[in-house]
Amino acid sequence: MIPEIGHYALILAFVLSVIQGVVPLLGNATGADRVMAVARSAIRAQWLMMAVAFGVLTYAFIANDFSVRYVAANSNTALPLIYRISAVWGAHEGSLLLWAFILTSWALAVSHFSRRIPDRVVARVLSIMGLVGAGFMSFMLFTSNPFARQFPVPAEGRSLNPLLQDPGLAIHPPMLYMGYVGFSVAFAFAIAAMAGGKLDAAWARWARPWTNIAWVFLTFGIALGSWWAYYELGWGGWWFWDPVENASLMPWLVGTALIHSLAVTEKRGAFKAWTLLLAVFAFSLSLLGTFLVRSGVLTSVHAFASDPGRGMFILFFLIAVVGSSLTLFAWRAPKLRSTGRFELTSRETGLLINNVILVVMCVTVLLGTLFPLITEALAMGKYSVGPPFFNAVMVPLSVPLFIVMGFGLLLRWKRDTAQRLMKQSALVLIASLLIAVILPLVWAPSFEPLMALGLLMASWVALTALMWVLRQGKSPFKQPLANWGAMIAHVGMAMTITGITLVSVFNSEKDIRLEPGQSYELAGYEFRFDGVDTVQGPNYVAQRGSIFALLDGREVAEMHPEKRNYGPGQMPMTEAGIDAGLFRDLFVALGEDLGDGAWSLRVYHKPFLRWIWLGAILMGVGGLMAALDKRYRKLAARDALQLNAQVQQA
Amino acid sequence: MTPARKRRLTMVVLLVAGVGLAAALMAKAFQENMNLYYEPHQVTAGEAPVDHDFRLGGMVVDGSVRREEGSLTVQFDLTDYTDTVTVNYTGILPDLFREGQGIITRGRLNQSGSFIADEVLAKHDENYMPPEVAESLKKAGKLPDGEAQ
Repeated sequence: MIPEIGHYALILAFVLSVIQGVVPLLGNATGADRVMAVARSAIRAQWLMMAVAFGVLTYAFIANDFSVRYVAANSNTALPLIYRISAVWGAHEGSLLLWAFILTSWALAVSHFSRRIPDRVVARVLSIMGLVGAGFMSFMLFTSNPFARQFPVPAEGRSLNPLLQDPGLAIHPPMLYMGYVGFSVAFAFAIAAMAGGKLDAAWARWARPWTNIAWVFLTFGIALGSWWAYYELGWGGWWFWDPVENASLMPWLVGTALIHSLAVTEKRGAFKAWTLLLAVFAFSLSLLGTFLVRSGVLTSVHAFASDPGRGMFILFFLIAVVGSSLTLFAWRAPKLRSTGRFELTSRETGLLINNVILVVMCVTVLLGTLFPLITEALAMGKYSVGPPFFNAVMVPLSVPLFIVMGFGLLLRWKRDTAQRLMKQSALVLIASLLIAVILPLVWAPSFEPLMALGLLMASWVALTALMWVLRQGKSPFKQPLANWGAMIAHVGMAMTITGITLVSVFNSEKDIRLEPGQSYELAGYEFRFDGVDTVQGPNYVAQRGSIFALLDGREVAEMHPEKRNYGPGQMPMTEAGIDAGLFRDLFVALGEDLGDGAWSLRVYHKPFLRWIWLGAILMGVGGLMAALDKRYRKLAARDALQLNAQVQQA
Repeated sequence: MTPARKRRLTMVVLLVAGVGLAAALMAKAFQENMNLYYEPHQVTAGEAPVDHDFRLGGMVVDGSVRREEGSLTVQFDLTDYTDTVTVNYTGILPDLFREGQGIITRGRLNQSGSFIADEVLAKHDENYMPPEVAESLKKAGKLPDGEAQ
């Protein structure tokens, strides 16, 4: 009975989303305020229905209701409670439900926090989000109903893929989806602006905090995924250019361009059409990401679902969204004249260059990801495009990106001179060069040009950001939160660059064969292997190795990599032994039993690895601070007053 | 030309040059880093390139896995039930590597015609068959029962 309540709630939510999508638009066309007001009530009711549906599915997992096919296929009684809950979004149907629930939550938040935005605009924004939601809910109801029952009821369910039984992964998809779906707000604002034919600084101020917050979630989501892949997949890498990782990176790149382009649109009234395009593409790429991951078109560990019917639905949905938005854009964009003029030497130019670089990077990732699919579909051969391709293009592109990232901050809006820029940046440039040359000479075992280049970029990006805050002419503590946010995000990027550089240049790894008592030296550390025991876990049996790391004869770390067996029908899992540190990670994974107590082991020494994720956390914190700047609320109040005055005059 | 137009032209030229450069970079990287997929019978027929990376997939022949004593070097045979190629690999094999399983390897042929793998991929699912391998098995009429893919 209870699952039917969930199903019914989902149907109601679908009907409400259609109402939310269509009725306010009719009100908009006729100018009837009360009809437009339907949007706000519809979204509340719809959110309630989605909460019920989501709650019911969660309850079915907690109560082990195996009559629900989705529960039986993804959970069993031996699974610990937290993983029964995270199993709700562990596979296709449930993750769609989560997607749609998050969409309605974003829409609810928009309707709640935008009381100062004119009703006409809010009605349009909510109706566009309603239409997107209607698409996703019909997708669920017609092709992938999470509440579908099965008879006879199995006594025990199938286990959740052991890879997914992990706290990092329990929160990775919700984070990522918060980011993906969050771009639907920017998208809806963009469509609303095109439909209304008006795009001004007030519009950019409404859209900016929402876009920032979506970007923050996406940043955290990607970092979490990278961290999870590092410690859980047992491969020891932090980024694999796997199609699924690429799927989340593409909206991030375009989203990064978007938050900067929005700044120009707000402050200078320029880049209007470009901002709209970026908003459309950030969301479309989020949809593409969902499509790539969930349709099973990719040969990837992540493509758990494979059903061509579903893939076709998302593909058509994607084409409909992109097609209709671009048509609207082609029709309306010429009307949206950018008013802000700027000279060649100006912050606008800097931001424009970086926007273009980010988009080119995104296109690179898109081509590399889709190329194998396209050649296979056209029967041109089965190609694969690996990490060397992405590295060969992305690394050279990132150099000008980081250079301009520093100059952009120091440049003035509208008009600046090369002379002033040189004067501003000379000190920073010299300091960065010194850091880039001296640090490798002092600390590194050998002088690596790539390390010097990476450190130059990192210190340039970090120091220009610090310099920018110091030169604002105000004490840093009296400056708005947005300035701090920008500075922290840029410093975070610098940390990530440092981490990526050092771990790429000085990473040491080795596959070795060790007998108990034997040891192996890697990067100054002596790894001593003390053999393997068998241990019993909650729902697995593991072979657990003991490895001690010694530095100058002193024991500094103890690691216990495991090989877990989750019982018949389940794949074995490698659980790495990791000793994390701010300046280096030691990583050991068990390979195979080679007989006589000897095992093959994979050992790594990874300097500065954590900086990659710490930098991502800083970027997220910076984005959040920028979104919370009180300027948005203050100016929104002013905008509202002006708009009301205009309405009364008219 | 007015100064405003000149500025705009400079900007456009710069952008076009930059994007063009990026495109050239991409084209070059594409050419160098693309790995085609080959089946064992194509390799024995000499269709696969020598000294260029490619991917080779097939079923691991039962009883063909030989490990060198005291080292991490493994040798095994990959078959598409038409022809068989011997693969050499040094390192740790993935968890799901086993005899009778469909796998994909990436590496290159050496002068003597054996395949030196840099990477061995077995997917994270016991029932999973790499789509490329499944297709070549289907052609040979050897797709095991119950393999939907």
